[in-house]
Amino acid sequence: MIKLTIDGKEIEVARGTMLLDACRQAGADIPTLCYDPDLRLAGSCRMCVVDVKGRPALVASCVAPAENGMVVQTESDDVVESRKIILELLAARHKFECPTCEKDGECKLQDYMYRYGVKESRYDGEGPHFGMEDPNPFIERDYDKCIMCTRCVRACDGITGAQAINVKDRGHHAKIAAPFDGKLADSTCVFCGQCIMVCPVGALSSKVAAGQGKPAQNKKVLTTCTYCGTGCTLELNVNNDRVVGVTSNRDENWSPVNKGALCVKGRFGWDFIHSPDRLTTPMIRENGGLRPASWDEALDFAAGKIKEIKEKYGPDSLAMFSSARVTNEENYLAQKLMRAVIGTNNVDHCARL
Amino acid sequence: MAEEIRILLAHADQIDPAQAEDYIKVGGYKGLEKARGMTSKDLIEEVKKSGLRGRGGAGFNAGMKWSFVPPAEVKYVVCNLDEGEPGTYKDRIICEKNAQALIEGMAICGVAINAQQGYIYCRGEYPFVVDLLRKAIQSAKDVGALGDFDIEVRMGAGAYVCGEETALIESIEGHRGEPRFKPPFPGVAGLWGVPTVVNNVETFACLPYILTNGADCFASIGAPKYPGTKVLTLTGDVNNPTYFEVPTNYILSDVVYKLGGGVKNGRKFKAVQVGGTSGAFIPEQNLNTPIDFDSMSAIGAALGSGAVLVMDETRDIVDIVTRISKFFEHESCGKCNPCREGTFRCREIMEKINSGRATEADIDNLLLLARVMKRAALCGLGQAAPVPITSTIEHFGHEYRRKLLQYA
Repeated sequence: MIKLTIDGKEIEVARGTMLLDACRQAGADIPTLCYDPDLRLAGSCRMCVVDVKGRPALVASCVAPAENGMVVQTESDDVVESRKIILELLAARHKFECPTCEKDGECKLQDYMYRYGVKESRYDGEGPHFGMEDPNPFIERDYDKCIMCTRCVRACDGITGAQAINVKDRGHHAKIAAPFDGKLADSTCVFCGQCIMVCPVGALSSKVAAGQGKPAQNKKVLTTCTYCGTGCTLELNVNNDRVVGVTSNRDENWSPVNKGALCVKGRFGWDFIHSPDRLTTPMIRENGGLRPASWDEALDFAAGKIKEIKEKYGPDSLAMFSSARVTNEENYLAQKLMRAVIGTNNVDHCARL
Repeated sequence: MAEEIRILLAHADQIDPAQAEDYIKVGGYKGLEKARGMTSKDLIEEVKKSGLRGRGGAGFNAGMKWSFVPPAEVKYVVCNLDEGEPGTYKDRIICEKNAQALIEGMAICGVAINAQQGYIYCRGEYPFVVDLLRKAIQSAKDVGALGDFDIEVRMGAGAYVCGEETALIESIEGHRGEPRFKPPFPGVAGLWGVPTVVNNVETFACLPYILTNGADCFASIGAPKYPGTKVLTLTGDVNNPTYFEVPTNYILSDVVYKLGGGVKNGRKFKAVQVGGTSGAFIPEQNLNTPIDFDSMSAIGAALGSGAVLVMDETRDIVDIVTRISKFFEHESCGKCNPCREGTFRCREIMEKINSGRATEADIDNLLLLARVMKRAALCGLGQAAPVPITSTIEHFGHEYRRKLLQYA
């Protein structure tokens, strides 16, 4: 264990603890933009800088190991001045479209500008000029809001392993790009949307959920994805009793299987829920067409036909093919129905395909 | 004390730098032979004792740097020949005149840290140096001078930031040239994650002399705290713009007036920028300073790469600094916020001042931005980029103010 003093408070942490974690343990609220505990460290946004006694420059706490005897100030005049200027620099390249932004209310740039009272940027030269159109159906890429934290790049590489995006060009002109500055659809992108999940601002957002509710308006309902047997936890965003989006919870306690990571189906494939094409009653095929029926009628009809087939051709003339989109319990009942009621082992499942 | 002392360039133009035999005839590879007879610990002690400090710009004790390298199966010796500072060409000169000394120096480092592989990272604008070095390495191998130590030459692609040691390592690994955060330092986890010593060409090239003549001999040359010689490249408005090798206690005004032959065309001196584009502008009143690392730091300057750019009385300081700010905007890698956005806004504000559209508030904004960049940028590029701006506002503030809106 090592001892250090943070904002006048002496604390003890395990050797190897990062200064950021030590500061947080000491109760200091350190702002971060590029830091993400699940991603490879970057140390690039410089918002987490702190003042360490005896060091000529400020120290980026997310990438600095805590050292024995360190005396740290987390909100010294120098630190606050640096954070304010960094925010002003970012504000100068950011398109403030807050009233219509999908991230309004859940945006780190907004939060920190509020916290440090940064109302406007003194850098009144060239404004945002990075805009791009990407005609894919899922991910909106608005680099006029990008703050170059590279969390999307690191998530694409480190969580999904797709390596579809990286930084292109240098300096202020650097931007996030797919290969040859092309479209995501022409890259190795699998449209999992992990980039949206980690984006601290509104640069990346879901096209499917656009305009249907801001984060603060939506109730988040945890559920399990029914697309396959993995059992990922996801959050249905519910607004006015309608599902208006899917996000994910990255807390391991709530999302033990996927820690927030989803695939294209889980994150974007939910718009069928309120589709007008969706069947709302059972249908029975008659005279070459379908007609609505009640559940009782439809179930009686199906049961009658199954019985008829079983009596005429034997139980093995029937088979059940069930789906990963229903729960394990329902799948259990499906095979039980076939084995115990119908009397056949002809049971199969789409997850075997 | 206005004489050159030539250690690295002692046999310049007398031997073929590509030929190991030529070098051996003038006493070459004796240092390496001596190093091989020493224990690693003694060898590192000897280098420490010589007081040799890194010639790349940071001025860290070379032996000390080596002593931090932990035991590991694979280690690397990397030579920084990126030499991206405008006005600097001393590493090219050392290679062109005495490439074998660099190769010997790297091999000595290999013995000290027990590494078998070296890399030379050569700037992309020096393809002819790459050819020369490859020939020189082959020649050293052919005469059996290198033993089991091998050196590969890698070429940069024209990024200034790759002169920063961790960005250089990223580039050798085939990644974007972006600096890594430190710690871990390259000595612990460098190239491909293993312990790596990165030193400048000039640093390595000093080693044969130190080993051959002894640490004490080297330590007695020049400034006691930054001993040895320094190769300077003199450019700008001087009569004799060329390279020199001088002891490190050499006085800056002697560089300009004695070696440089004074300001060209009989004009008056205005300023000198030492250490490359990121160096401070030094006014006449500070000219009587020795060039060594600590003396330069004491006047808010840096010896850096050893470039010396002289400007005469007709030069427009604000215009020059505006051009420098364009350079840094272009060369910032874009990784950290203070440098990526800071260099861009510095250029904008400098252009505003230079074109007569600025007010006193713009100068204040520039100084505030410079302060944040120096304190909060990730690597040396962002930290040093504002130095030409702050040093000229300090020493040539009147040139800025006469361009402000109210006087235009």
